Formats: sequence, C-alpha cells, structure tokens
Amino acid sequence: MALKMVKGSIDRMFDKNLQDLVRGIRNHKEDEAKYISQCIDEIKQELKQDNIAVKANAVCKLTYLQMLGYDISWAAFNIIEVMSASKFTFKRIGYLAASQCFHEGTDVIMLTTNQIRKDLSSPNQYDTGVALTGLSCFVTPDLARDLANDIMTLMSHTKPYIRKKAVLIMYKVFLKYPESLRPAFPRLKEKLEDPDPGVQSAAVNVICELARRNPKNYLSLAPLFFKLMTSSTNNWVLIKIIKLFGALTPLEPRLGKKLIEPLTNLIHSTSAMSLLYECVNTVIAVLISLSSGMPNHSASIQLCVQKLRILIEDSDQNLKYLGLLAMSKILKTHPKSVQSHKDLILQCLDDKDESIRLRALDLLYGMVSKKNLMEIVKKLMIHVDKAEGTTYRDELLTKIIDICSQSNYQYITNFEWYISILVELTRLEGTRHGHLIAAQMLDVAIRVKAIRKFAVSQMAMLLDNAHLIASNTQRNGICEVLYAAAWICGEFSEHLEEANQTLEAMLRPKVTTLPGHIQAVYVQNMVKLYASLLQQKEQSGEKEAAQEITQLMIERLPQFVQSADLEVQERASCILQLIKYIQKLQIKEVPVAEEVIALFAGELNPVAPKAQKKVPVPEGLDLDAWINEPPSDSESEDEKPKTIFHDEEQRHSRHRQPEIDEEELARRREARKQEQANNPFYIKSSPSPQKRYQDTPGVEHIPVVQIDLSVPLKVPGMPMSDQYVKLEEERRHKQKLEKDKKKKKQKKEKRGKHHRHNSLHTESEEDIAPAHHVDIITEEMPENALPSDEDDKDPNDPYKALDIDLDKPLADSEKLPVQRHRNVETLKSPDSEAPLVEKKSKKPKKKEKKHKEKERDKGKKKEKEKKKSSKHKKKKHKKEKEEKSKDKKKSKKKSHHSEEETTESVQNGTLDDEPLPPMSSYRLLAENPYIKMTYDIQGNLQNDSQVTVSVIFENKSTSFLKSMELNVLDSLNTKMLRPEGSSVHDGIPVPFQLPPGISNEAQFVFTLQSIVMAQKLKGTLSFIVKNDEGSTHEKLDFKLHFSCASYLITTPCYSDAFAKLLESGDLHMSSIKVDGISISFQHLLAKICFHHHFSVVERVDSCASMYSRSIQGHHVCLLVKKGENSVSIDGKCSDSTLLSNLLDEMKETLSKC
Amino acid sequence: MIKFFLMVNKQGQTRLSRYYEHVEINKRTMLEAEVIKNCLSRSKDQCSFIEYKDFKLVYRQYAALFVVVGINETENEMAVYELIHNFVEVLDKYFSRVIMFNLDRVHIILDEMVLNGCIVETNRNRILAPLSVLDKVAES
Repeated sequence: MALKMVKGSIDRMFDKNLQDLVRGIRNHKEDEAKYISQCIDEIKQELKQDNIAVKANAVCKLTYLQMLGYDISWAAFNIIEVMSASKFTFKRIGYLAASQCFHEGTDVIMLTTNQIRKDLSSPNQYDTGVALTGLSCFVTPDLARDLANDIMTLMSHTKPYIRKKAVLIMYKVFLKYPESLRPAFPRLKEKLEDPDPGVQSAAVNVICELARRNPKNYLSLAPLFFKLMTSSTNNWVLIKIIKLFGALTPLEPRLGKKLIEPLTNLIHSTSAMSLLYECVNTVIAVLISLSSGMPNHSASIQLCVQKLRILIEDSDQNLKYLGLLAMSKILKTHPKSVQSHKDLILQCLDDKDESIRLRALDLLYGMVSKKNLMEIVKKLMIHVDKAEGTTYRDELLTKIIDICSQSNYQYITNFEWYISILVELTRLEGTRHGHLIAAQMLDVAIRVKAIRKFAVSQMAMLLDNAHLIASNTQRNGICEVLYAAAWICGEFSEHLEEANQTLEAMLRPKVTTLPGHIQAVYVQNMVKLYASLLQQKEQSGEKEAAQEITQLMIERLPQFVQSADLEVQERASCILQLIKYIQKLQIKEVPVAEEVIALFAGELNPVAPKAQKKVPVPEGLDLDAWINEPPSDSESEDEKPKTIFHDEEQRHSRHRQPEIDEEELARRREARKQEQANNPFYIKSSPSPQKRYQDTPGVEHIPVVQIDLSVPLKVPGMPMSDQYVKLEEERRHKQKLEKDKKKKKQKKEKRGKHHRHNSLHTESEEDIAPAHHVDIITEEMPENALPSDEDDKDPNDPYKALDIDLDKPLADSEKLPVQRHRNVETLKSPDSEAPLVEKKSKKPKKKEKKHKEKERDKGKKKEKEKKKSSKHKKKKHKKEKEEKSKDKKKSKKKSHHSEEETTESVQNGTLDDEPLPPMSSYRLLAENPYIKMTYDIQGNLQNDSQVTVSVIFENKSTSFLKSMELNVLDSLNTKMLRPEGSSVHDGIPVPFQLPPGISNEAQFVFTLQSIVMAQKLKGTLSFIVKNDEGSTHEKLDFKLHFSCASYLITTPCYSDAFAKLLESGDLHMSSIKVDGISISFQHLLAKICFHHHFSVVERVDSCASMYSRSIQGHHVCLLVKKGENSVSIDGKCSDSTLLSNLLDEMKETLSKC
Repeated sequence: MIKFFLMVNKQGQTRLSRYYEHVEINKRTMLEAEVIKNCLSRSKDQCSFIEYKDFKLVYRQYAALFVVVGINETENEMAVYELIHNFVEVLDKYFSRVIMFNLDRVHIILDEMVLNGCIVETNRNRILAPLSVLDKVAES
C-alpha cells in the first residue's frame, strides 16, 4: 500500500502522508490557509522527485485538498504520471485524482489516450476497472472517439465485473460521440440478456437513460423488457424497467394496456416503497396515455389513489411527500379522483414540513372548482396570517393569485370577492410580491368592466391609506400596489365618488417618498382625475370650485417637479405648465374641461402578451430588403416603414406632448382612428378567445365574453372577503328563488353591516352562476395571427444528437474508428464518404484554418469542427490575415498538434500567460484563377512508412468545379497510395465537387521508404469547369513538398526519460545558431512545437529541452537557448542526416522570425 | 441519474465529494455550503427530500454526518434514500477506524456502488471484493 511504502523508505520518513495532512489541518484551525499553502509547497517539492511512491502520496494529498476546495489543476501533468504507474496501488490514486479534477477543458487530457487504452486492455481486471471508472468522469469527445472501440470490446469481456462497468461507460461515450451509438447498440442490446444480473442491470440503466430522451427509437425493445420485468426479482432493476416503460407508453398505448395488470399486481404485492412508488408513477403515465382511448380504468386509478392516500397518511414524512408528488400527477388527468381527497390535502397544509406544505399547495392549484374556490382561498388566507415573515408566506401569496387567476379567472364567480382578497393581501408587510398583486388589480379592473366601479372605490381607499402601506418603503415591496391603485383611479375616474378626496390623497407630500416609477404614475393619473373633476364642476357651473382645484394642482405639483427621478420631473413640469395655461383660460372664463378631458379620451384594451410576436408579415413586405439603398442619399424614403413609425409616434403622443393644443389632438386622434381602421399593421381586437384569429369588423368593436350573471353586490371597505364567502353560500341557496333589483353601496367603516344581495338566473346542475355581471375582455391579438405556439426546444440539448434510428442496419461507414486502419479506409471507400462530404461542402470556407482537427475519418470531423470553430472564433478572426501571408511563405511548417499542446508542455517549466501568435500549418500548394489548393502533411503513428496529406480545395471562381482528379509522379522513395487495381499513372478522384466559393478537404496517403531527407513530388490536378457557357477541362500543376518535420510526431516525454536518452550516447549531435531573433522565447518555442512537431520537456528561464519522434522511431532531442538577439539549438538524433535536415528547416523558420 | 454524492459534517466540512457531472471547483464549494445549509435547517420531522434549484437533494443524517445525494427529476427518491443507507452499512462493515484517513478507500466503495450516476451494485460482498484484493496486496 502506498502509505506503507512511503514509510518504509528512510529518506521519505519526514514526508507527510494523508493522515498527517488531515490531522495537521485539524490542529491548525487558526491559520488553516497558511498551513495548507505550506503543505502545497511541500507537495510541489515531492512532485518533483522521481520516486513514484512519493508522487502518488503527493497526489493523494492533493485529492484531499481538492475536496476542500483548492484548485489542483496545476498538477494535472503529475496526476497523469501517477496514472501511468505500473503498480495498481499508485495507479488508482492517479485515476482517483483525475476523476475528481479532470474535465473537458483539461488540456493535458489528450495525453492520456494511450495510457488509458493500455489500462483498458490490462490483464488485471482492477486496472481495467479503475480506468473505466475514471473515464466515466472525464471522458471528452476525443477520448470517446478514440476509445469507443476498446470499450465496446470490453462489453464482451469474460469478467462480469468489467462488462458491467464497460456497459455503463458506453452511455457517456454515446453522449460525447453520438456516432458510436449505432455500431455499439446491438451489443448493448445483447447485454440485456447477460447471465450476470449486474451487467443486465447496467444495460437496463443505460437504455433507460437513452430511451427517456428519445423513446421512439427504443419501442422495439418493449417485448424484451416486458419479459425482464416479469422475470426479474431485483428491485433496483425493476424500478429502472418500470421507469423505462413510463417513457415508452405515451408512444404506444397498446403497451400500456398490457402493463396495467402486471403493474397492479406489483403494487399489491411489493413491500418495497421505492418500487411501489415507481409502479404507481408508471401506472399514472399509462393511464394518462390511455385516457383518450380507454375509459375503463377507473379501478386502476382508484387503486393508485388509495395507495397514495395510505402513503400520505403515513407518519413517515418521506412517504407523505412522495404521495403528494405522485398525486399531483394523477390530478392532471383525473382531477375528480383526487378532489375527493381534498380533506387530506388541506390537512397537509398544516404539516410541520414546508416541503410537504408546498406540495399540498401545488395540488390545491389543480383541485379548485367554482364551488370550492372561496373555501380553499379562505383556508389559505388563514395560513397567510399564520406564516408571517417567511418565504413560505410569499409562496402562499403567489399560489393564491395563481389559483384565482388560472385559466382566465375561470373559477371566480364573484370578482368583488377577488378584489377584496387582493386588497387584504396588501396588508402583508415585507412581501416581495407587491407587483404581482398590482398586476392582478390592473388586469381585473381593465378586463372585468362590471367590476370597475367597485375596484375604483377600493383603490381610492388604498390611496387614502397609502401611509399604512408605504410606511417603510425601503424594504417594502407592497407599495407596488399603489402603482395599480393610482392608475385605476385615474383611468376610470368617472367611477370615483369622491374624486376630490382622492386627488387630495395623491397630492400629499408623503407621496414623494415612493419609488420613482410609482410617483410618475401618480403624476400622470392625477391629471386624469383633475380633468374629470374639471368637467364635473364646469357642467354643474361651479366655476369657483373648478378654479380651486386648478389652484390646488399648481400649489402641489412643484414638489414633483423637484423630484430626483427624471420621469417624474419631466411629467410634472409638463403638466404644471399645462395647468398654468388652463388657469389663464379659466380666468378669462373660457370653458376648458371638454378639451382637457379629450387628452385622455379613448379606451385602453388589454393586449395579449404574444400579440406583437404574432403579427404576420404582410404579403409583399420583405424584412431583409434595404429600406434605403445604402449609397444613395437622394432617394425618397420607403413608404412602409415610415407608416409604422409614424403610427407609433402618434400613439405615444399622449404621454409625450401633453401641452399640444387639444383640438389638434382630437383631430389627430380622429385621423388616427381612421388610419387604424385601414391600416393592416394595426393590432385589432378579436371577438372571442375561441375565435381570436378571426377578422373583426372595426376598431370600435370591443370584444367581450358574456358570462352568466346574477346581480352584483357591493361590500366595500377594508378586508371583507370573509363576508363574501358567507354571502356566497347564502346566495347559492337563494339563487333559485330570488330575483332582485339593485344593491346599495356601503362605506368601509360600516363593515359589520348586513347586506342584501341579489341574484338572477337559475343554477345549472353542476355550475354556479357568477355573482354578478362580468365581462371579461379578451386580450387582443393581431388579425391573421398564427395560431401555433412556437416550439421552444433547446437547440443545444446534448441528447438531441442521440436521437438516432437504431433499427436501420449498420452501414460500413459506421464502424467505430480503430486507429490503425483509418488511413487505408479513407482511400478504399471514397464512395461511401461522398454523401457526408457533400454536406460538409456547404459550410463556409473557413475550414482551412481548422488545421487542428485533422482526423482522417471525415464523417466524424464535421461535428467537431463546429464546436471548435465556435471556441476559437475570436482567435481565428485575428489570425486570418497573418495566416494568409504565412501560407505563401512556403516555410516548412505543419502540425496537427497546435499551440494548445505547446502551452501545456511549457507548464512543466515556468508558465507564461502571454498570448501566442496565430499559426497555421497549411501551406499553399498551387493556385490559378479557378482553384486554390493548400495542404498539410502529418505522419501516421500506426504505420512507420506512411504520411497523410490533407489538401483543401477552394473554388475561387463563379463556376462549378467537378471531376477533380489528383495525380502525382511517384519517386522511388515516395509513392501515392492508390486504390487496389489501379496503375501508377492513374490519378485519384477527389471525392466531392465544388460549387462556387466553396472549399473542402480531401486526404491522400503516401508511402515512404526513407524519411531522413525532405522530398518533392510533382503532380497535377485536372478538373472540369462548368458554367453557363459550357464545360472546359483545366489543369493545375503543383509541387508537393515533404519536409523532414512532417515525418515527426509530437510525442510528450518526461524529463527522466529524456535524461536517460541523452546519456545513452547513441545519438548524433549537431548545432545551429540563428541571429537577429526578436520574438519572445515562448513564441519561439511555440513555433518550433507547432511547425516542427516538438514538445517541450522542460523549460528553465530562457533555455528549454524539447523532444520529438519520427514515424520510424528516431528520437530527436533539442536544447534551445536564447541569447540577447540569437538562438542556438543543439540537437541530438539517432540519425545524423535527419538531424541536419531538420535543423536546416528550423533555421529557415527561425530566420523569418 | 445521480448528479453528486456528498458527505458533510455538521460544521459544514466536506468529508467526501463525488460529482458525476463536471462542476467547477469554486462552484463546488458554494454548492456544498448551500446544500449543507439546507440540510441543517431541517428538523427531524421533515422529509428527507429537498427541492433545490433544478434538482432534488436526498439526505440522511448519521450522528454528526450528513450524506447528501443530488439527483435529477427521473431518479427514484426512495431508491436513493435506501441506497444511502446501504452505502453507510457497507462503510460500517469495512471500517473500524475513522473514515477520514481512508478517503481513497471510501471512494473505491462508492465507485463500486455508483458509476456514471447510476446505481451499479448493492451487494455488500461484491462491493468489498476489490478492496479485499487491495488489502491482500498491501499486506504481502
């Protein structure tokens, strides 16, 4: 064991182990941070040592520190070292650390691929197991692609221990690399019938997760699962299978019917609560899916509800909670069966546990009906009182509003009652939901015409008592209701009894302590009040009184003019001027009321929230067309947009220009109405919610829903909702018998008084007539609005990619990538690739910059590029220019390992955060007016005599390029790999065609014998240019340059191995020196890494050791030193020719710096 | 699916954490602090499930130690509740001493039981098999 080994080693005696660290932290409670930073320093020292046991111990401690919240990503490389230890005891420490701290963004992760592959195929099952577990935590798309095949093989391992883990990991692989799903699925399916129950359960788990996201692809497995369900005795597995069925039944109702019986049997027989709960859930899902077709399952519903009742009544809070949760699912389709348990649910509102109360609240939402709404809300109001000052009270408040307002106030029979409830809710101090109450007040007052009078009187009262509500504005969200109150009183001022008093209340100095947006509404609406008062007084000939009001306004408005809030200030000063002007007119005894009131004529109608979105684009209007041609400024403006803005301006004019002459306003208003009636863009009202998309005859028509009515009853005054409940009961009693006339108003002070109330109409069997005449004005929608609601599917859903048809037979191209064969495959089956390539060619030509992604397997490439491109977009943008120039330089640069690798290697030494200059490994191959070719060469790790040349073809012309064929003149040493059966003179067809402006990439494999020298091959691309004038054959010659660096493969190397290599003495040595280097050392290293495929082994100040390996296994070691203005490179290599060629190439690169 | 598995003591110190979906390190500490705050604020007569953000917490308290599991909406709460107990029983069987000093071993046990966010093994002997192999190696 790790710790013992450490202890055994004498010179390590003083190293801390994990136990010491834990104790140490405990003993340093006061200066924990300091102690830990000291420990981290020690750990850094330990990590520098060669002894793997010491490193493992250090990593083990780091894992603990990571758990405490310390970032250990800096040690990623050391973790990999420990992961690759041969001893299991160390290896698992490495993997544990990796699984805790590695993730997709960890860049060194790609260095682990081969190590993990080795561990996966280890003869020791625990090595494999630990690798699989680790992989499940940090698998990346790259790892998934590279290891998919290995993991799939493990699914058929002889040991169930491995099989079960491999099966589960496949789920993560599918997510990261969706292409693997189809090839792996047959085997996954096999595992459902694995002799080992653990493996079986793992397979069920994976398929259950997959099916949950895309159920339709898994329907064909239903019979198999059915068999499993009836035969399995493992509750864990049963739960998963039953859950899976829950996902499948909505798609296949016949399955549901078959399931009911075994599920009900399970419900009766099982003692495991988790299983019972799962069964009930699935039965509910089945019943939901059946509810349309099969009516006769009331027995099953009854059984479920009964069982749930037992759960809810249980003293175990967990069961109670789950019971309520499941009950709410039944509620959606079978509300009646749940409603009979109202008593129980209401009882849960008294529970000690808030989670349970909230669940009960949710249920209540669905349980209300016209009959019981008042009763339920009354109960809730009692709870509101009890729950003072908690978040639960806020929750109650929103629930009350939700319950009442649901489905367009469907269950409210008496809106006076509702307004009273809202007014009562304003007594809640410190609630955050003042705006909710305000919104409801506004909505009801606007949409329920009949209630306006009552609403206005209540609101006037609120305004009068504003000092109670707004006592401490700072922490009081409830003052929002004053916003609604002021607006309602102003807009519907004709209903005000004591407008004078209300105006007085709105002008109180205390108002200036309210939030700005509320004051603004106050100011605006006091003018409305003022206007209607003025009219009243003028009509009754009380000139004095009219002037008094004007005087009052002029006296009090300045307090708002001084407001710090811009909106308030602006409105107040406009209005003040207006009123001063009115005063002048009044003094001249000119009647002004008519004109003042005209400022606010017209009625506001509610507009549906989505109305704007639903305005259809009229025929002939092209939203993408230029409104004005950009260069010409003399042309006249387009008509259409102008009318839109014009229209809008006018609608706003009422707020913006209150001082405009009233006659002019009236005239404009008239004109506007005319225009609106004719304007196709104006949002008109629609007749009813059912037919809201119909055309309406004109603007004047205000759509209303007629609701059966009885006579309204006024019970004004502060909180009185209870009275309504009582009255409502009486009313319902008497309803059939009585008929009556009018009702009396009552002041709030007389709240105890008895009210007579009246009702009309007979009660229908199940429905209760509303207490008074209610018109709910529907929200307006634009005409021709599209009825469909947009699908709000998340385009970034990672599971979308897994929506794959699994029953289709596998195509050859779908095999999981096995690294060794990729090259050859590309060549052998160009046909099977064609469709994929074609899709790809539609993408913009940016591709050439994506040098990083050069997997040989093109199908897989597509998706990855998308991701990368978004990641690197910014960088790329900057890069673009520089790259182009670089391409032309014909320097010897190429690599598929880009900067990323470089920086990460540098982490071994000191870390510079300096940004690296952009680099591209693609170089120009040839160019003519039709086509441009750039290329990059990479060595092939698996085959020591092959390199892959990737060529990007870019169509520069406006013609279509097709029948492209690439041919090269082979040399003795270097030959192009051609399909079997073709001669050395045959070219290779490029597997795609190029539409104008499109670029695409093709890959060609070359075989080589010696790699110590650079090579040049002559070649020709022939192609057909097709355009309107016809087709022509064209040719383009090129020279393909194989530099020595293209035979190198970036290979990481640890410093100890590097040192051994240098000491071995089998290497030839050579040096170069380049003067006049001005770029930073880091950039220099990055360039060497990128263009010459090296990796940094170690870096100390301005000195670095680097390593690379050729495809034929030559080691190349470099020591790079930077002086003032020069760089010297000492190289060692197993082949002297290769080394000198490489150094020459490097010299060329550096001399350009 | 299980999103994370935590062991936290009453003082709010994390004693074990395992995330099955990547969470950034600084967010982990915040999450853990909030989770334990949520658990501590609950009394014995409240249920063991907490709705927290877009997922659920299932927790059990053993003396001063809370085991908290974060799950998504598709997991069976009751099953996870039972899993926690199963896990604690296994720990109880294997460890005679303080668990803290053997964090790596606790991880091995957990990894045997939960993989990739799925419950894989609940049989006590099979869970402990790799550990006993490891112990034999260590002794020899």
